[in-house]
Amino acid sequence: MEEHYSVVAEEISRHFGDFVAVDRISFKVRDGEIFGFLGANGAGKTTTIRMLCGLLLPSSGKARVAGYDIYTESDRIKADIGYMSQKFSLYEDLTVAQNLEFYGGIYGLRREELSRTIAEAIATTDLKQHLDKLTRDIPAGWKQRLALTCAILHAPRILFLDEPTGGVDPISRREFWGLIYALAEKGTTIFVTTHYMDEAEYCNRLSIMHDGHIVALGSPRELKERYGKPNIEELFIDLVRRQSRAAEAGA
Amino acid sequence: MSARILAILRKELLHIRRDPRSLVIVFLLPILMVLLYGHAVTFDIRDIKLGVIDEDKTPAARELVEGMVSSNYFRVSGTLERREEIGEAFLHRRMIAVLIIPRGFGAGLGSRSSTEVQVILDGSNANTATVALNYIRAYFTSRSLQANALLLQLPIDLQPRVWYNPDLKSVNFIVPGLVVVIMMLICALLTSVTVARERETGTMEQILVSPVRALEIIAGKTLPYILLAFVDGLLVIVFAWIWFSVPFRGAPLWLLFYALIFIYTCLSFGIFISARVPNQQLALMFAMVSTFLPSILLSGFVFPLASIPRVLQLLSAIVPAKYFLVIIRGIMLKGMDGAQLWQPALFLVLFGTLLILISVKRFKINLEG
Repeated sequence: MEEHYSVVAEEISRHFGDFVAVDRISFKVRDGEIFGFLGANGAGKTTTIRMLCGLLLPSSGKARVAGYDIYTESDRIKADIGYMSQKFSLYEDLTVAQNLEFYGGIYGLRREELSRTIAEAIATTDLKQHLDKLTRDIPAGWKQRLALTCAILHAPRILFLDEPTGGVDPISRREFWGLIYALAEKGTTIFVTTHYMDEAEYCNRLSIMHDGHIVALGSPRELKERYGKPNIEELFIDLVRRQSRAAEAGA
Repeated sequence: MSARILAILRKELLHIRRDPRSLVIVFLLPILMVLLYGHAVTFDIRDIKLGVIDEDKTPAARELVEGMVSSNYFRVSGTLERREEIGEAFLHRRMIAVLIIPRGFGAGLGSRSSTEVQVILDGSNANTATVALNYIRAYFTSRSLQANALLLQLPIDLQPRVWYNPDLKSVNFIVPGLVVVIMMLICALLTSVTVARERETGTMEQILVSPVRALEIIAGKTLPYILLAFVDGLLVIVFAWIWFSVPFRGAPLWLLFYALIFIYTCLSFGIFISARVPNQQLALMFAMVSTFLPSILLSGFVFPLASIPRVLQLLSAIVPAKYFLVIIRGIMLKGMDGAQLWQPALFLVLFGTLLILISVKRFKINLEG
């Protein structure tokens, strides 16, 4: 059954000194689904994503990404995943085209292959008009598209997006989700973290994180029905309050 | 070369090209340093400001002073009447040495007994005072010899010859040191800053999620700076040769070979630093303190290592600049055969390799901080 899952995490934790950022969480992401991580800042979303991408080693637990073990096969994982961080890690002093060439290049794409891939990618993301502009001169929404394009040049099987829509206007956000849907339709598995409630609704399945724990997991509809809430926002607030009360009672 | 190294290399060159101001500094700085150090930091002191108190007022006394001035090492910057005025003159830096010729000097000179003159020095700059004193001693020794025919035949006649730098020109000694400092500055400082910049903007993280290996990142990021360091080193040598006629006696190819080794060590140092610091500012400070300053102070560039305290001497053993300075002075000034300089070179190779080995591991892990 394992090969039907893009990500399988079992009891993974990460400590920073005494602070427990992620506390023994387990979940599975199916191939081709859009899997969301919803949570407040500091809930442990970014730490989880960084562990799965090989940027951070877990303190304990097991996980497989694209079928590979994150401890021993991180090199193979890296070839199969794309990653876009909340900072849109781009070179502001380079042009849009130069950014694309660089990120394609570090995945080992050679000249002809590189220019063909870039041509295809910019056709879908509409970046053509900005190719020769300096990255610092284009609006945030376009930077976000550029960061996404850079992350998918090597046609990854799984795409990790860490709060990809921060600081971007609502229209750009909507369009960005259009691109994500298009990628998912082509079979790319999407793992996305967010703290926007409306974005959570766009996901096939959603896991709600609070204080390093997963407090609920299921499709948005299932979750709303299970807890009897009209929308994700109320559901989220209700869950977080319950957790805080439980924590106080425990203390 | 792998496509991945090429991609990083190309991007690094683009960064350099996009930032012409930094590039100007990179090329102007070496020239400026040669000019400054060549003209200003000179240890041969000429025109020492000499004050004179002539209480004797005889032709012999006047001749004594004239003799000193004609050596070109001294210039009479004032005559004083009384000894009480010396302090005032030193405070205003009008003179750094005062020659006192007491009454009876001229008369005593003819007699059998010896006659006395006194020199008072401003010791607030110990270096200058020492040099001035040595000149004065030398002058009076030769004067004494002339005055007393009986001593004309010395039991031992010292015949000094200074090799490699016959005129004892400081600039010859300084320029090789400048090449070392500038290479160290470019390699260690610029690489550590560029890596720290990528960490700050988050692009390093984006590179690390790709299949690029740490060594490929290091190679791609450092190659452009290797080139810059070479060009700068060459610039210093050629400019010093044209402007100050600093000699180049050895084989350029040997120097080139050893320069490569030194650059390797410097870059390892830069990578070592950048694997440890989170941002550009810290990288800059750390690089300044750990590479630039020791290269100037603890390498023998300005201060002879033999005369610094024991603890600092031990510390200087791990300053790469010290070893390359031995090599470059050996080749440029002494015209040494490169093969004779394998020992300092071996140290540079070992030191650089050690740093790289520590850093490659650290490079990836550091992101977790």
